[in-house]
Amino acid sequence: MTELYALLPALVLGLGGMVLLTGGVLAKKSETTPAVTFGAVVLLAVAAVVNLLAPDTLIWNGLFKTSLFTRFADTLVYLGAIAALILSVDYNKREGIARFEYPILVLFAVIGMIAMISAADMLTLYLGFELQSLALYICAALARDNLRSTEAGLKYFVLGALASGLLVYGISLVYGFAGTTNFAALGEVFRSGTAGVGTIAGVVFVLVGIAFKISAAPFHMWAPDVYEGAPTSVTALFATAPKAAAMALFLSVMAGPFGHLTGQWSALIQILAVLSMVIGALAAIGQSNIKRLLAYSSISHMGYALMGLATGTVDGIQASLVYIAIYVVMSFGVFGCVVAMRRNGQSVEKISDLAGLASEHPGFAFAMAVFMWSMAGIPPLAGFFAKLYVFATAFNAGLDTLTIIGIVASVVSAFYYLRVIKVMYFDKGQPNFERVSAGAGFVMAVGAFATIVFVILPGPLMAVAGEAAKALMG
Amino acid sequence: MIANLAFYLFSFILLASAVMVVTSRNPVHAVLFLILGFVNAAVLFLLTGAEFLAFILAIVYVGAVAVIFLFVVMMLDVDFVALNEGFQRYAPVGALVALIMFIELAFIAGNWAIAPAGGADRMFPTPDNVTSSVALGNLLYTSYLPVFQLSGIVLLVAMIGAIVLTHRDRKRSLHQNLSAQHARDPKQTLALVNAPLGQGAALPAKQTHEETL
Repeated sequence: MTELYALLPALVLGLGGMVLLTGGVLAKKSETTPAVTFGAVVLLAVAAVVNLLAPDTLIWNGLFKTSLFTRFADTLVYLGAIAALILSVDYNKREGIARFEYPILVLFAVIGMIAMISAADMLTLYLGFELQSLALYICAALARDNLRSTEAGLKYFVLGALASGLLVYGISLVYGFAGTTNFAALGEVFRSGTAGVGTIAGVVFVLVGIAFKISAAPFHMWAPDVYEGAPTSVTALFATAPKAAAMALFLSVMAGPFGHLTGQWSALIQILAVLSMVIGALAAIGQSNIKRLLAYSSISHMGYALMGLATGTVDGIQASLVYIAIYVVMSFGVFGCVVAMRRNGQSVEKISDLAGLASEHPGFAFAMAVFMWSMAGIPPLAGFFAKLYVFATAFNAGLDTLTIIGIVASVVSAFYYLRVIKVMYFDKGQPNFERVSAGAGFVMAVGAFATIVFVILPGPLMAVAGEAAKALMG
Repeated sequence: MIANLAFYLFSFILLASAVMVVTSRNPVHAVLFLILGFVNAAVLFLLTGAEFLAFILAIVYVGAVAVIFLFVVMMLDVDFVALNEGFQRYAPVGALVALIMFIELAFIAGNWAIAPAGGADRMFPTPDNVTSSVALGNLLYTSYLPVFQLSGIVLLVAMIGAIVLTHRDRKRSLHQNLSAQHARDPKQTLALVNAPLGQGAALPAKQTHEETL
């Protein structure tokens, strides 16, 4: 019974999704989209609550595993998905892409993500990975009459397929050389801390496949184009839930079955972290499109989150988890702002379009400013503490070069975050934005509120993340 | 001895047909070589005693996938000459990448070492007394049931995706709406206009197609 209970969130989402799908097909009108979206949000909320109450257990001969770590990461996924769905209601309708299939695809993508996070076997990992990717490729091409959206979908699909191929190749090497796909058994095989060249090659391929998904440099090429081309409501999803899920998968695979091989993969993670931070900071400077800017920003954020993993310690994992949690909240907030950038019935995406926003929509501009300050890592907002914990654990673990590069990259990236604030508050202009829709306003407000409240009340998140990291490292 | 000979024979044909798939100029030939490749891969499965996988490969890949490929190649008007245009330009880089990957793979093969605990950890050794389809079914529907269901959802998502991306309601087709026609009354369609002598009649505002229905 406990096994079934632990699987309950996935069952709720899967069966509920199929009911909504049948309902949507039978009703056959685009007016059903808000109702289906509402149903999907309710299902996600129910699953999130059930998930929080689920027991720690190993499910089905070790195919899945639930622990505080999976519950922590799952909650982030649910938060991101719910926020993205709330944003999609109004945006998709105004863009003429309000299809009832979208919330259902998001539901199935979330099933893939929670399967990925709770995976305790390579087989589950791969199927979850594939399920979420497949659903997201379709979402990227949702505006199918828009050339850039279809291009984004195709690009994401081709590169994602390549990443899946690398991942599966890596899994097959690991299986061939170690004789098992089960995480616990793999951990036993690698207990000595050494592994043959074949196994290491497999681990590297697995690592590359997951790095593609979190768009860590040098596997980030797809991210700016996909972020820019996909409808903004879909980009909001891409920047939150799948990132949190893939990062949690990264942590659970590297610290779980390959945990004893830290000496072998730590250098690779450090390289990924350095490249992501530097490329994310430098390439974003020249961007004039806010969605491309946020794509590079998310690449650099992944670099900071990977710094925690590079240490391979419980403290490092804790820092990474805190970073990801704060990143998800800031991301859905900032995309609430981007979704609200509409003029004359069209969405605008240039940073210069924000000029003069502060006098026209002071609340909107304030929320945007909060997210930009926080993402830049300027005290006292949440983003500063996220970076501080990561830098502190990396420094304590003896990774001083990495820490210094991180701090320099953070200073460089502050330039383009602050430029957005400067454009909003000091440049003259007439944004003439439409009234902010209720959904976007709500998401913005929740994001900004959480970002500010963390400063006063950092304890609970830190404590839970610490316990989750302990649960993962055992 | 004979098994070894058979292995080398079939794997040689497999590799040769794979090369032909990539190099042949005529796309239909490429698909036909692909089918040859699938069949030979199926035979290789047979040689290792996995008869179920061999049949599935033949049925699914040759029977369904390759035929669909053939349809796509023949039905779609793809300009394959233009598609292959970059081949000359990219060939050197591609060859370099292939060479590097080959060296790396050779490096891995040279260090072939299975973890000592690997044999003992092998989860499900092939049972002796049942056929491979029975053994596979026993695993798939018991130990791996959730994963099996998950792959079902993957297929459902693929289906939804195909519909979302390609299905269009045909709004332009004309169909008769009887009740709308019966509910019409002359006032909606007929306008009586006074035409004074020598001035002609002012035309009433033109009605659209939807309004007249």
